[in-house]
Amino acid sequence: MTPLTADWVMQRLATDGRAMADVVGEFIKPNDRLTSFERIELYNKQYWFRLIDIMYEDYAGIAALLGRKRFNKFAEEYLKKYPSRSGLLRNLGRKIVQFVSEAPELTAPHTQMVLEMAQCEWAQVEAFDAPQKTPLTIDDLLGKDPATTRLTLQPSITLLDLHYAVDRLLISVRKEGLRSEASNASEGVGSAPSRRRAAKAERAFVAVNRINNSVFLERLQEPAFAILKSLQAGATIVEAIEAATPEDADAVEWSAQVQEWFKNWMGMRWFCRK
Amino acid sequence: MPANRFNGFTNLGIGIGLRVPHYGHILEKKPVVDWFEIISENYMIDAGRPLEVLDKILEQYQVVQHGVSMYFGSTDPLNREHLKRLRQLVKRTNTPFLSDHLCWGSVDGNYTHDLLPMPYTFAAAKSTAERIRQVQDFVEVPVIVENVSSYAEFHLSEMSEWEFLSEVAEAADCGILLDVNNIYVSSQNHSFNPLDYVNNVPHERVGQIHLAGHSKFERYILDTHDHAVIDPVWKLYARAIELCGPTATLLEWDAKIPSFEEVHGEALKARKYLQAVNQRAADKSAAKAAPATRPARRQPVGV
Repeated sequence: MTPLTADWVMQRLATDGRAMADVVGEFIKPNDRLTSFERIELYNKQYWFRLIDIMYEDYAGIAALLGRKRFNKFAEEYLKKYPSRSGLLRNLGRKIVQFVSEAPELTAPHTQMVLEMAQCEWAQVEAFDAPQKTPLTIDDLLGKDPATTRLTLQPSITLLDLHYAVDRLLISVRKEGLRSEASNASEGVGSAPSRRRAAKAERAFVAVNRINNSVFLERLQEPAFAILKSLQAGATIVEAIEAATPEDADAVEWSAQVQEWFKNWMGMRWFCRK
Repeated sequence: MPANRFNGFTNLGIGIGLRVPHYGHILEKKPVVDWFEIISENYMIDAGRPLEVLDKILEQYQVVQHGVSMYFGSTDPLNREHLKRLRQLVKRTNTPFLSDHLCWGSVDGNYTHDLLPMPYTFAAAKSTAERIRQVQDFVEVPVIVENVSSYAEFHLSEMSEWEFLSEVAEAADCGILLDVNNIYVSSQNHSFNPLDYVNNVPHERVGQIHLAGHSKFERYILDTHDHAVIDPVWKLYARAIELCGPTATLLEWDAKIPSFEEVHGEALKARKYLQAVNQRAADKSAAKAAPATRPARRQPVGV
């Protein structure tokens, strides 16, 4: 679809330089109320308005960081480069993380923050409806040698190493969205600058995951995150733990801590059969 | 007529679209509803909350699938991955038939997520019918096609929209989902008599009817599904079921969605029209069954 002008109307010139009204008039009939141009413009506008609105809903965190006007431009440029390739709207943002890196001018000087928000939001899309594989139980692991055993994480889990607290901002944006839905308010509160201040610079290790069909953003300690990352990359249990062990770790405390983490992860059914 | 091979020989009654804001109410209150229509694309996923809710709904209700992205009128090859997911969902829902639109919406694999109008030509009818047949063969349930509302017409068109719809349905040997609101919207945008449309589609192929509200602007009408059904659309509906019989009817309400009760109440207004049709049919068959004699004279009182 031809992009709209800055005033959100259809372009007056076609890509070959001819007047759009002439081009459209060749194949669309006018009626007694609308010209051919105006009739096609209805579709042209609807395409952009609809898809940008859908992106605004699905990527409310990015919109919160950029503000509505800048987000509209961001979404328009994204859709120009990566139009939908699927009948399922959940796939519309499939390239959004890549796009933030490819077009930094659209998000500068906050590109890294927006990139991490895009990672979080795309991970949420994936977590929402990823397959649920049969979870591993304690019995499945009994008698297994941790030096040779590899664990598979549920497909719904994405591990993110963040440098901004975008996870917390995203949670608050979603909560506000729900509140404004409940009160029929049209917009959430908070300006883009105040949002960006809220997403302060801070290292955070986050697992985006789904439990009982609800999506969560779970903060992890750095060594726990490192273990899961290694397991996800195919390391054995022993290899993963060893790689994450702090140099100054107290052996007894460290061992107890690792056991506690594994117990939690098993409880949340994060490991599954291949 | 209402239960026919195009709707899997079902006689569903009056349904509404299953929408997220009503999930909680339906699961908790379990209201009496004849059937729900789902947007297939919202459930063509691997797992998660939508499928969990759908499975619970399926325990209690009949569900029929309605698609928005098959694009029978496009010329791209059919998307096999999409079809596979659709067939999986058909198996899950046990839908007696499924529907999608008589429109196009994708080019070179790029999707507009819109229902774009087609030029009403014989060539377009032929290629559209071929795609419908392919989909029908793949999903193994009857497919019915829905007329869309439109805001533009092509110079190229060789026939009216209802002739095109009939041509496609005959060539594909498929059923029709007659959307009387869409007929009304298009009739206002293109200045034709909506009764001509309703009167001239092949009534024996109509497997389902859609009702909805729309938005009127100064120079055109948009199909927004965000209002109650207006009287002229109810009149078209009355005429449609007079001709097609008491057909499965569904109300669509997709934006500014009010409470479940309001949506369902609006849908149930169809009941009086269906009852009138049933009554007329009953009167007709009673008249046929009665002996062809003079009406009996009233007995004089006291005799």
